[in-house]
Amino acid sequence: MLDVKNIRKTFNPGTVNEKTALDGVSLTLNDGDFVTVIGGNGAGKSTLLNAVAGVWPVDSGSISIGGADVTKLPEHRRAKYIGRVFQDPMMGTAATMQIEENMALAARRGRVRTLRPGITRDERDHYREMLKILDLGLEDRLTSKVGLLSGGQRQALTLLMAALRKPDLLLLDEHTAALDPKTAAKVLEATERIVQKDQLTTLMITHNMRDAIVHGNRLIMMYEGRIALDIAGEDKKKLTVEQLLARFGQATGSDEADDKLLLG
Amino acid sequence: MTSFLGALPGAVSQGLIWGIMAIGVYITYKILDVADLTVDGSFCTGGAVFVMLFGSGTNLWLALLAALLAGTLAGLATGLLHTVCGIPAILAGILTQLGLWSINLAIMGMKANVAINLQDNLGRLLVSSRFVQGVAKGDCPLWQHPILVVGLFTLAVIAVLYWFFGTELGASLRATGANSNMARAQGINTDVNKVIGLMISNALVALAGALLSQYQSFADSSMGKGAIVIGLAAVIIGEVLFSRLFRNFALKLLAVSIGAIVYYIVIQAVVSLSDINTNYLKLISALIVAAFLTVPYWKGKYFAKPVNPAKKEASPHA
Repeated sequence: MLDVKNIRKTFNPGTVNEKTALDGVSLTLNDGDFVTVIGGNGAGKSTLLNAVAGVWPVDSGSISIGGADVTKLPEHRRAKYIGRVFQDPMMGTAATMQIEENMALAARRGRVRTLRPGITRDERDHYREMLKILDLGLEDRLTSKVGLLSGGQRQALTLLMAALRKPDLLLLDEHTAALDPKTAAKVLEATERIVQKDQLTTLMITHNMRDAIVHGNRLIMMYEGRIALDIAGEDKKKLTVEQLLARFGQATGSDEADDKLLLG
Repeated sequence: MTSFLGALPGAVSQGLIWGIMAIGVYITYKILDVADLTVDGSFCTGGAVFVMLFGSGTNLWLALLAALLAGTLAGLATGLLHTVCGIPAILAGILTQLGLWSINLAIMGMKANVAINLQDNLGRLLVSSRFVQGVAKGDCPLWQHPILVVGLFTLAVIAVLYWFFGTELGASLRATGANSNMARAQGINTDVNKVIGLMISNALVALAGALLSQYQSFADSSMGKGAIVIGLAAVIIGEVLFSRLFRNFALKLLAVSIGAIVYYIVIQAVVSLSDINTNYLKLISALIVAAFLTVPYWKGKYFAKPVNPAKKEASPHA
């Protein structure tokens, strides 16, 4: 479904702030794969997701989604294939617009926007049903401005919006990191339900090793702009945090099984 | 005082005309979140195009339409400078505004001021300050009063915008201004939308310029000077007065129009009730707008309600 071939990205080239964020990353996701991504700060996790989403062009390499080469497509044209949830709960929804308006925007992802009504009566009923999945009481607040919702509610709504039109690829960029533990668990639960329901091909970054092990069928760990570990199948099911740290040390020759990684 | 009351219908009429321009400013400033300074130039462009065409015998409605299209082009210029050339929106607007100064003069045959010959053309006009006096004296039927005519224009503009911003395209424009990251993630081309918004906004501004030149029966190369400030004043006054009352989008646009009227009444009051030199009006306008922009900022900064400490402790963070 997703085919990333040897992509590189260097920020601020030729300056003292030069940083090679992606150093030849290749990654292939099969249909229905749910891949969790971990790694320390600056390992290139978010950069990988942003490269796939097309936030900026990569320096070299190619990216294709569902067989279509999207390497040169700008962000808004790739959106046709991709559903996204950001780390910042404020980023995925339009605060000054109503819940139903936000959902209507998401329902038209990748389509030409015409002069037809922005939302129809049938859609409203459909959205009300969908919001029930979240179990946050949002189904009774369709016309509330999204800015009135809490961070967790907004993040859950963004998640629902990302999956509203079944995406070829779902990108989750540490989407629970800014939430309190209880809310984070709830949003993660909703994530699992939504991904399972449509068997969505998913790439989920997390700071939490346990979450990375519990969720998904495959786990990759990034280090200095490369994929250091790639664990799938039975191997992943039996994985423990201790084993993961040990294998990370072997793979990178680094014993900085750092606290940030464990605690963050 | 009587002079002030006598001038009121004129002030309201002018306020309504500037209100249409202010609705244009609302689209960029409030919906797209861009401060567009093209306005000072495109307002005059509308007036110039209208006066030249109308003066040479073109049908009034065609002349109005041409003025509107000219404004659209001005918006397109700013939009392309901003999105294709990557120039910050404010600077892009200033550049277009500067260029329009020459273009406006060229449209008016390199004259700073072109008048409509009222002796021949009064009968063809739709809006004129003459009709204000005419209705007062009983020479003209009531329906010719500029307050009614421009009021209908305003309602039509609000109706069209209300419809448009409810469509798929209109909603995507609102999303572009509200959160461009989210908009792009939903497949919205935010650059194209900004250009469309700037075009619609400047179309309305030019329409208002055409109406004003009709009302005062001349176009002047400096007629748009400070227009952006008047527009902002109207938007802010409307918001301060009606934000708690008007939630509906159409009513918010109406509030902008009323804001412009209030602004003109206040200016008229200053002029009539004191013997101030009218050259100070721009300074007064600038001060009024500065004050209105300051109030909400200071309110949030210095008078924000403190967070209830008991509530904070009860949160699950620790």
